[in-house]
Amino acid sequence: MYKVIASRMIVPNVHVLTVEAPDVVRDMQPGQFVIIRAEEEGERIPLSVSDWDADRGTVTLVFLNIGSTTHRLARLEEGSGIPTVVGPLGNPAEIGLYGTVLCLAGCYGIGSLFPIARALKARGNRIITVLEARSSFLFYWEERFRQLSDKLVHITRDGTKGYKGHVGRLPEVIKALAEPVHRVIVNGCTFLLKRGSDATRPLGIPTTVSLNPIMIDGTGMCGVCRVSVGGVTRFACVHGPDFDGHQVDWPELLQRRKTYMAEEVVPLRTSRCEEHSLHAEETR
Amino acid sequence: MAEKKKPDLERREIPKQPPEVRRHNFFEVALGYTEELAVAEARRCIQCKKPQCVPSCPVEIDIPGFIAHIATGDFQEGVRVLKSRNCLPAVCGRVCPQEEQCEKTCALKKLGGTVAIGRLERFLADWEAARGAPEMPAIQGPTGKKVAVVGGGPAGLTVAGDLIQLGYAVTIYEALHRMGGVLVYGIPEFRLPKAIVNREVQYLQRLGVKLVTDFVVGKTRTIDSLLEEYDAIFVGSGAGLPWFMEIPGENLNGVYSANEYLTRLNLMKGYRFPEYHTPIKVHKRVAVVGGGNVAMDCARSALRLGAESRIVYRRSREELPARLEEVENAEEEGVIFEFLTLPIRYEGDASGWVRRMVCQRMRLGEPDASGRRSPIPIAGDETVFEVDAVVCAIGNSPNPLIGSTTPGLTLGKKGNIMADEATGSTSRAKIWAGGDVVTGAATVILAMGAGRKAARAMHEYLCGS
Repeated sequence: MYKVIASRMIVPNVHVLTVEAPDVVRDMQPGQFVIIRAEEEGERIPLSVSDWDADRGTVTLVFLNIGSTTHRLARLEEGSGIPTVVGPLGNPAEIGLYGTVLCLAGCYGIGSLFPIARALKARGNRIITVLEARSSFLFYWEERFRQLSDKLVHITRDGTKGYKGHVGRLPEVIKALAEPVHRVIVNGCTFLLKRGSDATRPLGIPTTVSLNPIMIDGTGMCGVCRVSVGGVTRFACVHGPDFDGHQVDWPELLQRRKTYMAEEVVPLRTSRCEEHSLHAEETR
Repeated sequence: MAEKKKPDLERREIPKQPPEVRRHNFFEVALGYTEELAVAEARRCIQCKKPQCVPSCPVEIDIPGFIAHIATGDFQEGVRVLKSRNCLPAVCGRVCPQEEQCEKTCALKKLGGTVAIGRLERFLADWEAARGAPEMPAIQGPTGKKVAVVGGGPAGLTVAGDLIQLGYAVTIYEALHRMGGVLVYGIPEFRLPKAIVNREVQYLQRLGVKLVTDFVVGKTRTIDSLLEEYDAIFVGSGAGLPWFMEIPGENLNGVYSANEYLTRLNLMKGYRFPEYHTPIKVHKRVAVVGGGNVAMDCARSALRLGAESRIVYRRSREELPARLEEVENAEEEGVIFEFLTLPIRYEGDASGWVRRMVCQRMRLGEPDASGRRSPIPIAGDETVFEVDAVVCAIGNSPNPLIGSTTPGLTLGKKGNIMADEATGSTSRAKIWAGGDVVTGAATVILAMGAGRKAARAMHEYLCGS
């Protein structure tokens, strides 16, 4: 069991979970992910790593409570445990010296972008952070980003903070900067990754996206995470998770992510009684 | 003087669930010999002076030896003889291709009455398990040396079992959350119940083997990092990178690799969704591409989930690489076989789900490098199957995570680790390798054989005998 050190909802439906997993964080790099199981009968899901502490041996994950497994994760209390945390998986993000880097994130991506932005800043890049949300009360880790960003911009659907609208306004944001942007890094839901890439394509700014398709093992064994990039099939778990956002076949990826949409909520409807009898059966 | 008896050529059949019943459940197909059947079958063995079955077993089990004990009803002694050479008899008795190995060289084969060696092996293992805790073997005094085993599949389990008995401190590192490798993620419950794998793993644990799950060597720690702690390492990380055909439509929803399909079902127990939370779709018409044991496993699983299930294979029945027994089981259960048929593209619906499989009909030409007659397309002869799922079971390459993170480890063309066939030694000192990561996808028993040889070589190296 991997011990839960801290667990809380940081903004509505977005949770921060810190788990003790010393082996996992020993060589952790920005941009990598872990696979977790919330309980013994649970499925394996990938979660991007939002922070870690190699000395304390802890890893911090930010996730949206949206499906069966994240719902169970959200209910975890400090001191409890989860049966699987495995990693670090995937390739580290490329931390080059690009010049000015625009870091774009929304939702749980705000968390996973943080270690990448921090490393890019430490590498000597100028960091412009653009955070997107439906409303201002959904932003978190603002202070962390303020400290590492040379400029921090917000976009909200309801206009309660920064630009009103969604990521489609990115070209205006970039224009208003009145300075060249050499690279864009996007973290968040697949839709945000797509819209972000669409926005930067006409501007010709190289754009790296961190993909989050369905995975099982996370080591290249099952192939469910395959994604077409520049017409070639790649496995996001071992070839990614970072890819050129202008080369990704977005309709295909969005489609593949919906494979288990109907089944996703079914386990939430089963009664706990069934699970108890199941445990008894397995240990017989 | 006793009259020389005519050999009994009546091979005792193993009781099975009837096809019309088993096609609806995931319980084991073969039910195993009763004691009476096992004794009767064992008495048929003519106890050759120079048995040919023993050298054709990759782990050289004393086959006539354990069979003689079954014949006299001394099952406990039979177990001892069996387990002195094979630490996973319940597994091997079920999944070894005996017809290609020990049973192929049985002296009674020519007379048409091959002794059912595999079924007898299975009988002994199950007999012992039914009696409770297994007998523990003698363990030699500690050598003070530490060995790490990478991968908890058949090769790694064998190495661990052998070295722990020789007095080494052994730790197995497994990437998934359960030990067993292909035995737990690949081979379905109806062919190899997971309780049996768990039993064998618990046995190793009782012998003192340390088991570490959720640990991806090459990612969590590299081989070189482990070598700072261990005196030697065995790599048995398997063939875990699935091949696809690279034809149009392969990324449509509903197209699976065999690894994904089987892992969802077996490791994650998707067939018991939603009690277990990993979903598997209930499909109506499933096509499985390929003709090996894995393809049979997928097709028979799809059938059990309630689908019309079809094997699509580019050669004919003659060339099927699967074990004949598994092909016959699949046929009895109602799997449809489309021979001389090769998928050329998949077509989907508006929401991106696979709906049709367009295939090219083939004919057989001259034998190719594999010795099997090669399939040749029949120009203009195409056929279409309505499907809502496709499982691609055409093979796997070795997983590259170790090769790519271990400098100086020589790899072959397909990314396999180059290792000496007799000893498992690699281009790097202190690193041995065996099983599918060396050979490419093969069988459980070959992986165990490679593990046995490597364990012997590691022992010689570490203790200089």
